[in-house]
Amino acid sequence: MSEQTELMDFDKAIELFEPVLGFEVHVELNTKSKMFSDAPNPASAEGEAAAQEPNTMVTPVCLGLPGSLPVVNEQAIRFSISLGLALGCEIAPSSRFARKNYFYPDLAKNYQISQYDEPIAHDGEVSIELADGRSFRIQIERAHMEEDAGKLTHVGGSTGRIQGADHSLVDYNRAGVPLVEIVTKMITGTEGSAPEVARAYVSAIRDIVLALGISQARMERGNLRCDANVSLSPRGSGKLGTRTETKNVNSLRSVERAVRFEIQRQAAILHGGGTIVQETRHWHEDTGMTSPGRPKSDADDYRYFPEPDLLPVEPSKELIDELRAALPEPPAVRRKRLKEAWGFTDLEFQDVVNSDLLVEIEQTVAAGATPAAARKWWTGEIARIANADGVDAASLVTPAQVAELSKLVDSGELTDRLARQVLEGVIAGEGSPAEVVQKRGLKVVSDDSALIAAIDKALADQPDILEKIRGGKVQAAGAIIGEVMKQMRGQADAARVRELVLERAESLR
Amino acid sequence: MAEELVALSAAELSEKLQSKEVSSVEVTQAHLDRIAEVDSQVHAFLHVSADALKAAGEADGARKLGAKLNPLAGVPVAIKDVLCTSDMPSTAGSRILEGWIPPYDATVVARLRKARMVPIGKTNMDEFAMGSSTEHSAYGSTRNPWDFERIPGGSGGGSAAAVAAFEVPLALGSDTGGSIRQPAAVTGTVGMKPTYGGVSRYGAIALASSLDQIGPVARTVLDAALLHDVIGGHDPRDSTSLTEDWPSFAEAAKAGIAAGSLKGVRLGVVRELGGEGFQTGVSARFQEVIELASKAGAEIVEVSAPSFSYAIAAYYLILPAEASSNLAKFDSVRFGLRVNPPGGGTVEQVMAATREAGFGPEVKRRIILGTYALSAGYYDAYYGSAQKVRTLVQRDFASAFEKADLLISPSAPTTAFKFGEKLEDPLAMYLNDVATIPANLAGVPGLGLPMGLAAEDGLPAGLQLMAPARQDAKLYSVGATLETLLEANWGGSLLARSPMGKALRATESEKGAQS
Amino acid sequence: MSESHSLDSEQVAHLAELARIALTEDEIKKLSGELSVIIDAIAKVSEVATPDVPATSHPIALQNVFRPDVPGKTLTVEQALSGAPEREGDRFKVSAILGEEQ
Repeated sequence: MSEQTELMDFDKAIELFEPVLGFEVHVELNTKSKMFSDAPNPASAEGEAAAQEPNTMVTPVCLGLPGSLPVVNEQAIRFSISLGLALGCEIAPSSRFARKNYFYPDLAKNYQISQYDEPIAHDGEVSIELADGRSFRIQIERAHMEEDAGKLTHVGGSTGRIQGADHSLVDYNRAGVPLVEIVTKMITGTEGSAPEVARAYVSAIRDIVLALGISQARMERGNLRCDANVSLSPRGSGKLGTRTETKNVNSLRSVERAVRFEIQRQAAILHGGGTIVQETRHWHEDTGMTSPGRPKSDADDYRYFPEPDLLPVEPSKELIDELRAALPEPPAVRRKRLKEAWGFTDLEFQDVVNSDLLVEIEQTVAAGATPAAARKWWTGEIARIANADGVDAASLVTPAQVAELSKLVDSGELTDRLARQVLEGVIAGEGSPAEVVQKRGLKVVSDDSALIAAIDKALADQPDILEKIRGGKVQAAGAIIGEVMKQMRGQADAARVRELVLERAESLR
Repeated sequence: MAEELVALSAAELSEKLQSKEVSSVEVTQAHLDRIAEVDSQVHAFLHVSADALKAAGEADGARKLGAKLNPLAGVPVAIKDVLCTSDMPSTAGSRILEGWIPPYDATVVARLRKARMVPIGKTNMDEFAMGSSTEHSAYGSTRNPWDFERIPGGSGGGSAAAVAAFEVPLALGSDTGGSIRQPAAVTGTVGMKPTYGGVSRYGAIALASSLDQIGPVARTVLDAALLHDVIGGHDPRDSTSLTEDWPSFAEAAKAGIAAGSLKGVRLGVVRELGGEGFQTGVSARFQEVIELASKAGAEIVEVSAPSFSYAIAAYYLILPAEASSNLAKFDSVRFGLRVNPPGGGTVEQVMAATREAGFGPEVKRRIILGTYALSAGYYDAYYGSAQKVRTLVQRDFASAFEKADLLISPSAPTTAFKFGEKLEDPLAMYLNDVATIPANLAGVPGLGLPMGLAAEDGLPAGLQLMAPARQDAKLYSVGATLETLLEANWGGSLLARSPMGKALRATESEKGAQS
Repeated sequence: MSESHSLDSEQVAHLAELARIALTEDEIKKLSGELSVIIDAIAKVSEVATPDVPATSHPIALQNVFRPDVPGKTLTVEQALSGAPEREGDRFKVSAILGEEQ
């Protein structure tokens, strides 16, 4: 499939075509129970672990058993309204659910309960900022509530993909997880910044839902999923191009790459005289390409109609006011506040914003780390590993883990070097920092007697150096410190070793 | 003794059980024997419970311990196969659900058990409740106890026939467009479609969600009211369930029996639910009821409901549309039948082959019709328009209820027709629901009870009373008064005059003579 | 909408595809005739469905019917899979989603 994909140079593509973007972002809400059933929610903090075992978090409603009926989760309504308000949307005085009818084995009832012509929120706006400080306003068309589908596992194919599979298996744990789908209006004028705008937009949505506390928002786990619509309009033609919808884009980095790829791919086709097929495309993280999925056709007749098992949602003005009052501050205000509170320089702060780590650092500080340490870890070592692995830094460790690590360094239990080893262990899934310290035996040797023994031995082995130190050449202590640190396999605090070396050199006189 | 027990009403059984004159085990055994004796002819049951005597024993045990029990504790009840039962197959009369035992009980079933009633079996029905004759059941038709050549009505023909054949005193039905009231009419029994939301739909295999309502089937108005008291009331698992506190319907029925008069009651005769298309004998009996009611003090007013003439059309758009979506879940993945096309196939082909093999012709007809009504480009003209007609029907009810406390009409335009008579003409079959459909569209309650035999065929004709939403109690009180007056004229119940009723009395008196 | 509302075989075949029913040719032909008659009879709803009439989707008007966000009892895995025509481990098994040509 992808071998023949021709790409046009990105700059040239932008020269010839104007990119037009649109996004559908699905946010899994972290309510305790599901959208329409009292089954525990696998997208909640409590539910994540239990969801590993298939079909353990289901009720007759999740399985769409005959006779079962949906009942709306009140918290999901509150979260949806809060999200709508945070997106600057109007909240509909009356909205209702509709059935979207289509057959697919992961969809238990063979219809999805969604919202159609009366979404709960509409007409909003999100401001985003690019790395160079330019800002864009993204218009939100609507945000509506719906339910997630189950998970399919494809068996018997070479790749675990749907193509070539012998059969598939269905786990309905995820079926019925509450979702809010946020749909943008058409986004024009991004020009060559289109990929960065895409990333910044999804990042902004992620910041908003994290600040609201309504989703786990882990893209790699599918808590936040982005479908990117891309079309190209030939310069000067005034005509809109045919769009493709790229699905399965599950990291911020991929959002940027997928949009760039689609622009280059479509430009090459159009420039070669071809036409774009209106279709769903799938993003492949490994190859960095998109591949064609199902073509859109007239057969997509979803036969929407008002869900007769559910009643209209008519939030009172009091409820909306209550939720509006509880909204976190707007992103710009928040950034200003955090920058001052943390005492970062302009450059340091811009670095944090550009790496999409504001929320992580904020949460790390809240968990007890100093702002400087939090920034150092996230934009330093963690970002470096994320970059090397091609994943988002936030997917590697949690803010709580980073804070714990940082505290271990502050208390002198770990050196910086040891802490980096502990971080590796945490990322490898060996447990919390304390557990990794335990398992790997990485504690700083703070027992002076062990250090003194090693120092005395080193000094005895190198009498010339001892002489130099005694002669006032303090720099000479470096060789001894190095030797001792080596003996201690790095598990000693170098500053303490230095103190002790100088002490011993005197006392051995 | 056993014959005597099966001829008793639930209220009478309740008294004997409470006075410990009989045990629930005895009552249940008598009914199981009766089922064994007559059901090979009637075919009202799809499944007879193997645990009925156990449940009866438990009810007796609880009574011995002195527990405060529901009046219907220990009384057997049949359950329409549209309801989920965790201990019996629940097929909705369809091949696609053959043998399926749900992992949960419908709310109404759970309430029967909680009241220590004795679920005795599952009754036959038109497949997914689509039909007026049980001829669309995948498991064969039920026969009308009055005449085995004739239909018992539908879709709940099994529940009505079971009650009419004295196989059980009480049964549950579901009414989407008349599936409780029309079978009641053609079998000479009583059936109630409660206010929409009055009884939980949780665990009722959905036909059309905005029309379906579960209700009681019985031989007397009081029995229906007693059962309604058990199954009614708010259920948080059904979003459309009403939250109000309901009065005791049994008390309302008892008050109606005691009253003996209809003074102060304004009965509205709906002009559009009579005349052309109604069988002569049905219309004649209806006129007599009006005269009887008038003599008993009721004020008779004529009301008009012009949009009722659009009700069937609206109904046959709304129902198929909702049903086409509700029945999409029967796809061979999580439960029910799976049919693999020859040589295997994709999941899409397996689903299509399963649905082709598992659904009967009427179900397919309505699914295709509903799919059409909802499809792009037709929604506004069909489904959208039908929902507007629904508004008009509601407005007609509202203005009729300004003039009358209750509306009165025949339940069905004809008496029981013969098997096969309307099977090849779906439209004619649909017209059978003309009198019952408006109540479903508007969500108001409707009570069906016998009003006598049509002169030309000697078969039962049914009377329907309708009340404003939430005034179900009024139906029970006025219904019980009318029933009392009618039975006084007849010199007993109508069912006592059925062949099976006569046979039962003959056996009883024979035995009485012997002893 | 005063013209006849006939449904031809091709339309019925398309609807059957949407409804995932593998109707036979005979069924399609028969249904196209029957449904045309039925649709002719029920299309009259549009005669009175004027723009000033609001649509009613629920017979009894309620709103804001919600459930508290409290997890309840789930089915056991065995209960969940008890009706499965086919299973593999604790998952429901279905045939391949895509055909060989894809």
